Amino acid sequence: MSQIAFPRLDETILARRDAIHKRLAAILPPACLITDESGRRAFETDALTAYRRVPLAVALPRSTEEVARVMRLCHDERVNVVPRGAGTSLSGGAIPQEDAVVVALTKMSRILEVNLADRYARVEAGVTNLAISEAVGADGFFYAPDPSSQLACTIGGNIAMNSGGAHCLKYGVTTNNLLGARLVTFDGEILDIGGAAMDAAGYDLLGLVCGSEGQLGIVTEATVRLIPSAEGARPVLFGFDSVEDASQCVAAIIAAGIVPVAMEYLDKPAIHICENFAHAGYPLDVEAMLIIEVDGADAEMRAMLARIGAIAKAHNVRTARESMSAMESAQIWKGRKSAFGATGRVADYICMDGTVPTGRLPEALKRTGEICAAFGLRVANVFHAGDGNMHPLILYNVNDAEERAKAEAAGAAILEMCVDLGGCLTGEHGVGIEKRELMPRQFTEVELAQQKRVRAVFDPDGRLNPAKVFPLGERAA
Amino acid sequence: MSEALAVERESDVVEAVRAARLEGVKLEIVGGGTRAGLGRPRMGGRRLSSVAMSGIVFYAPAEMTLCAKAGTRIEAIEAAIAEHDQMLPFEPMRPRPLWDCGDEPTLGGMVATNLAGPRRPTAGAVRDGVLGLRLVNGLAETIRCGGRVMKNVTGLDLTKLNCGAYGTLGVLTEATIKLAPKPEAEATLVIPELGDAKAVEAMTRALGSPFGVSGAAWLASGMGREFSRTLMRLEGFADSVDYRAGRLASLIGEFGEIAALTGEESAALWRSVRDAEFIAEPRDRAIWRVSVAPSRAAPFVAGLGETALAHAYDWGGGLVWVATACSEPAAAAIRRAVSSASGHATLMRAPDALRTAVEVFEPPSALALRLSRRLKQSFDPDGVLNFGRMYAGV
Repeated sequence: MSQIAFPRLDETILARRDAIHKRLAAILPPACLITDESGRRAFETDALTAYRRVPLAVALPRSTEEVARVMRLCHDERVNVVPRGAGTSLSGGAIPQEDAVVVALTKMSRILEVNLADRYARVEAGVTNLAISEAVGADGFFYAPDPSSQLACTIGGNIAMNSGGAHCLKYGVTTNNLLGARLVTFDGEILDIGGAAMDAAGYDLLGLVCGSEGQLGIVTEATVRLIPSAEGARPVLFGFDSVEDASQCVAAIIAAGIVPVAMEYLDKPAIHICENFAHAGYPLDVEAMLIIEVDGADAEMRAMLARIGAIAKAHNVRTARESMSAMESAQIWKGRKSAFGATGRVADYICMDGTVPTGRLPEALKRTGEICAAFGLRVANVFHAGDGNMHPLILYNVNDAEERAKAEAAGAAILEMCVDLGGCLTGEHGVGIEKRELMPRQFTEVELAQQKRVRAVFDPDGRLNPAKVFPLGERAA
Repeated sequence: MSEALAVERESDVVEAVRAARLEGVKLEIVGGGTRAGLGRPRMGGRRLSSVAMSGIVFYAPAEMTLCAKAGTRIEAIEAAIAEHDQMLPFEPMRPRPLWDCGDEPTLGGMVATNLAGPRRPTAGAVRDGVLGLRLVNGLAETIRCGGRVMKNVTGLDLTKLNCGAYGTLGVLTEATIKLAPKPEAEATLVIPELGDAKAVEAMTRALGSPFGVSGAAWLASGMGREFSRTLMRLEGFADSVDYRAGRLASLIGEFGEIAALTGEESAALWRSVRDAEFIAEPRDRAIWRVSVAPSRAAPFVAGLGETALAHAYDWGGGLVWVATACSEPAAAAIRRAVSSASGHATLMRAPDALRTAVEVFEPPSALALRLSRRLKQSFDPDGVLNFGRMYAGV
């Protein structure tokens, strides 16, 4: 895979830059609009930092009505629009171009309504994922999807990518926890979908919008499901001498009718990286480690951990450590949740996100190692084992163009392998610009054409988050 | 009724759609034929039966995943997965008690109608349990959506779009479903004689508790009972169910005397809740399925006054079953009350004449209807598939 391409710029838009700035300034106060070069530069990339493009302007609307006004203007001016939350996308989902206005939702960060009796919260799209759980935690509720970036990432971005997280095994991903959304269309109309009443008849527009990577409209508000917190939660660590034992242990737990809250897998390089960073007490002499979390009352957790422990024993577990305190639990999770950050201190990396059927995990891990070795690259694996969502972190040096090309090629080969094993290109990070050109590997031309027709229903001119998700084809610069 | 065209393979479906399109004929897609009474009445046209296209494609118990062809009977799927102590998490509603017609319901009908049962608030709807679909669109093209893995955000989620689309976007040929472990034990706590508002209050407290309540329903007196019953279900490993039943009982103890049902007695009761058995008789009434925020449920029913001839709550109040007279004024009264409760209503059972005269599904906003029409066109530009089954002209 060569470097990710960008489409040809629309010169007619660039030529009107000053006029567009002027029109934006007429509908937005100065604090809600960035037009100067250095200010715009802050929005040139997201968490896929190897790629950068400075946008035409940045709008920071404070309300749905302001978003609608900006969208009407952009539609009128035929300008591309790139929606943005906190900019934590790992697939380049929020990377703009010089002919696009970034609409950043970060000023829309209010929790509008918490209704504990009906178990929902209505929030603006710029609210961070964690802020929702924090707002209702004291009352014994939480919002379930928990991406590793949950401190920073916004609910709007979560909806765009249908984000998951470590605890999705039991509670589902964003789409399973979203009850309603307010969407501003490409031409500035406002559409309310769903709400506190579940399962509205009619086409499932909510399900369609979730995970549509900002190409069907801009979500400005969301109604999300709140779940009562369990009485307690406790993780346990298991170390294994072989990858196969660890993988088969995961399968055996599920086959035994146990669905833990989370089952996280770390391979040896990942264990060492996380332990060096977080000092969580991970075993350093094992090939693979599982973090398995159960929840419930004390007696329930004890009974469940006894069942899980027996299964682990039958799969040759070498070390087992049950958390004995809330502090210890937090430490165990800190190691896992800081995996990406900790890896970033060791080397630059790209994080892949393919999913395979859990039965194929041992094979997928083996082939991931072989692929990276063939390119002369190191890899660390840390991922959600219960659902087969792999996250190989391919280590490389960002300043070495050749090594970067190798890392991207290895990543592409791994994703293709995931598709071949019956899985998919991306489990929770989205396609973005990163995996766009691999789409024909998973979908036929006919299937991609159907998806594009659906997209065109919402955005006939393809101006919303352009150059994402679908292969560029002849539009490449 | 004319003989249905029975397809056995996906390629037969492709051929049938292609032929219908060329001839300018509309297709009516049927599976078990159990849900003919649901949706807008069929308009006539060539019937395409998927019931011969059946069989389990694969079943991976350790992955909690099953793939089957659209004509596979739900019963056959449940029997296969029960051998590994697994179940369909969303408790799909069985149509027979309400419509009293036809054969056994199929996987395709289950997906196309997205009617989830009592476990819906905690386990999700049918659409949450469908991982992937294969379908043939109105252009006679085969489209795969989603896949077989639990986490998949690759491309647009056309799987969800086709769940509950009543076959208007494509003829479903295959579905991959996420399963769940079948609980080792279940217990139902029963509180007698609660009025509507009190019942919803008790259910709300239970569903907001950490005890994992997987069903909360209220049934009126009748069917041989002299008093209403408020039901709360717990499921899981036996030791855990026992523990939680004790904790839950003390949490809701102030609402009344609590009795407990277990085993088959409990399971049978929830099957009847799932299938709306308790409201199916008498058969000359119209039956509505209304979705509201739970706190709106009791005021909604009170506001209906004499229009509601019978009613019941599921989903802790989030789902209201209402029986009314088969009349346009009754339908208008339901729509008015639902609208002021910010909910939505589906006319589940009524004679063809009423289902032609009034909207069966909640009327969408002008913008939503415009988008729905265009979505229909994007899959089925000539309107070959189940045309008009959801909305006139869609």
